[in-house]
Amino acid sequence: MNTHYGIYGGQYVAETLMGALQELEREYFAALKDPAFHQELQDLLKNYVGRESPLYHAKRLSQACGGAQIYLKREDLNHTGAHKVNNTLGQALLARRMGKKRLIAETGAGMHGVATATVAALFGMECEVFMGAEDVARQAPNVERMHVLGAKVRAITEGSQTLKDAMNAALREWTATSQDTFYLIGTAAGPYPYPMLVKEFQSVIGKEARRQCLEQCGRLPDEVVACVGGGSNAIGIFAGFQEDPSVQLVGAEAGGLGVSTGMHAASINGGKVGILHGMKAYFLQDEHGQIRDTHSVSAGLDYTGVGPEHCFLADSGRARYTVIEDQEAIQAFDTLCRLEGIIPALESAHAVAQTMKDAATMKPDQIIIANLSGRGDKDMDNIRQYKEKHGQNR
Amino acid sequence: MDRIARLFQGKKPLVVFTTVGYPSLERSREGLEAAIENGADILELGVPFSDPMADGPVIANASQQASGEGVSLEQVLEVASQVRRAHPEVGLVLFSYMNPLYQYGLERLCQTLASLEVDAILPVDLPLEEREELLTPCRKHGLHLIPLVSPLTPPERAKEICQGMTGFVYAINVAGVTGARKSLPPDFPGMMQRLKQCTSLPVASGFGIASRESAREAAAYADGVIAGSGFVRALEQGGEAPGRFVRELAEGMAEAQGTQA
Repeated sequence: MNTHYGIYGGQYVAETLMGALQELEREYFAALKDPAFHQELQDLLKNYVGRESPLYHAKRLSQACGGAQIYLKREDLNHTGAHKVNNTLGQALLARRMGKKRLIAETGAGMHGVATATVAALFGMECEVFMGAEDVARQAPNVERMHVLGAKVRAITEGSQTLKDAMNAALREWTATSQDTFYLIGTAAGPYPYPMLVKEFQSVIGKEARRQCLEQCGRLPDEVVACVGGGSNAIGIFAGFQEDPSVQLVGAEAGGLGVSTGMHAASINGGKVGILHGMKAYFLQDEHGQIRDTHSVSAGLDYTGVGPEHCFLADSGRARYTVIEDQEAIQAFDTLCRLEGIIPALESAHAVAQTMKDAATMKPDQIIIANLSGRGDKDMDNIRQYKEKHGQNR
Repeated sequence: MDRIARLFQGKKPLVVFTTVGYPSLERSREGLEAAIENGADILELGVPFSDPMADGPVIANASQQASGEGVSLEQVLEVASQVRRAHPEVGLVLFSYMNPLYQYGLERLCQTLASLEVDAILPVDLPLEEREELLTPCRKHGLHLIPLVSPLTPPERAKEICQGMTGFVYAINVAGVTGARKSLPPDFPGMMQRLKQCTSLPVASGFGIASRESAREAAAYADGVIAGSGFVRALEQGGEAPGRFVRELAEGMAEAQGTQA
């Protein structure tokens, strides 16, 4: 099996973890061949998550942009409020097949933590979520959700106290406990086979979107847009269109205060190739290879690296990676709320902002799909604080 | 015979790790001197890294503090050069996560290390599957790439890991991150025996060794003994603590071999 995407990916982990990665790879391929696995996953996606999620023609938003027809893939309507649950269900089923009794996960904004705590409750497993202490403070409602679902939340006080430190801590815990513990990685990153299996479990987004677009419009879209932090919702929707060369794939990275300020989380646009968290990929780092802190108004995109397949798609030109700054994301958030009555997650607002920009340059008979990866309930405090800080009226 | 092979002949070598630049560049330099004076045969010079995900709290903290203060691979190389000039016989191993090495350039790094007479590189996050990229320049410049084997590594894989390698094998004693522990695992002798059947390379045992007793026990079965977190903690205490720490381990090892430290 090829463990790399071009030069990216691989398995840059301590020897102690190699056995666990190999066990996971074996179990994953065995599960893919097992009809009962697919059947159970399909059943849960339909009856527990509420799939399929709608592909919605946002007419007022399209009109306001004055160009292409904008369609939204409504992952925000999933159980737990985001695309994350597609992946946690798949991985939890693998964990159960492997006889693991305990799930651990890293989380930034807390959406993956909630989705992991959810499936742990569903399957009767123990769950511990690693979260940077700063994120625990910023994302209190999600911490509370994890608690009521029965998960333990471990606040990580080292380093920058955000997602990368949570991932370091989860990797340490897994190194010591891999024999009975399953590490449920939340994004299409980390050592092989994680990027591959996260893509597989998220590809349901792209497969549905492609079929729905053909049904509703009678043709493929011209462009598909998603936000990219680690890149799981993006690789999931791209998966449906990768073999359709006419479909432009676009990933919107978090530009924070602007790439030139250094205060951003745009790994592809502002980073260099490096090695961290088990993979070779683009990372924000200094000239000595020390990993830099990141900034984004959206905690879910606030990650120093990006999944290896995105690095490969960027280099090969198959996908285009752009930068959306905090202010643009906030404006797109407002626009979508007011024009369509949909409150997007700040992560997804980056995709909406890119979509609005691109749609305006396209013709009315063209189609652009934005992956609305999550809902914005969790962001109410962040939005209010951002607007107070920047003197913007409600 | 190269320096590392020579050090594994006769008396079993004591290997001491420290994060260069912690608690400060000067104190880590002094610590290395104290280690050599008190019986360390091989030094592992740790390159500070912002994200030390294979390390326990003591070394992780040292690594993050030193990297935060801007101690870079270049400065570690400078320290290596100073130690080498003063101590032609001590074994020197560069111990690092991959990213700082990768940014420096692997070919350039191996060339520099060879010119400084550093003996080996030990990357924490470079398993068998990924090592070719570094092994090639290591071989070209006559450096050892030190393979790691964990308690979870099956014998067949251990053989594959050690096959064709040089220097010594780093046997990780426990499934987990670095850090001092009260005692060696109960299965330690069996683990060492099984590993020695997989390779003809000398086996040095590390993780959790921080006392005279554990050094003695490890030296009874392994060809060399490695201490890290315990030494870093002694450096934090300062004064005579680093030298005393190394002295005790050296004495423990000597007891196991029926010699004097």
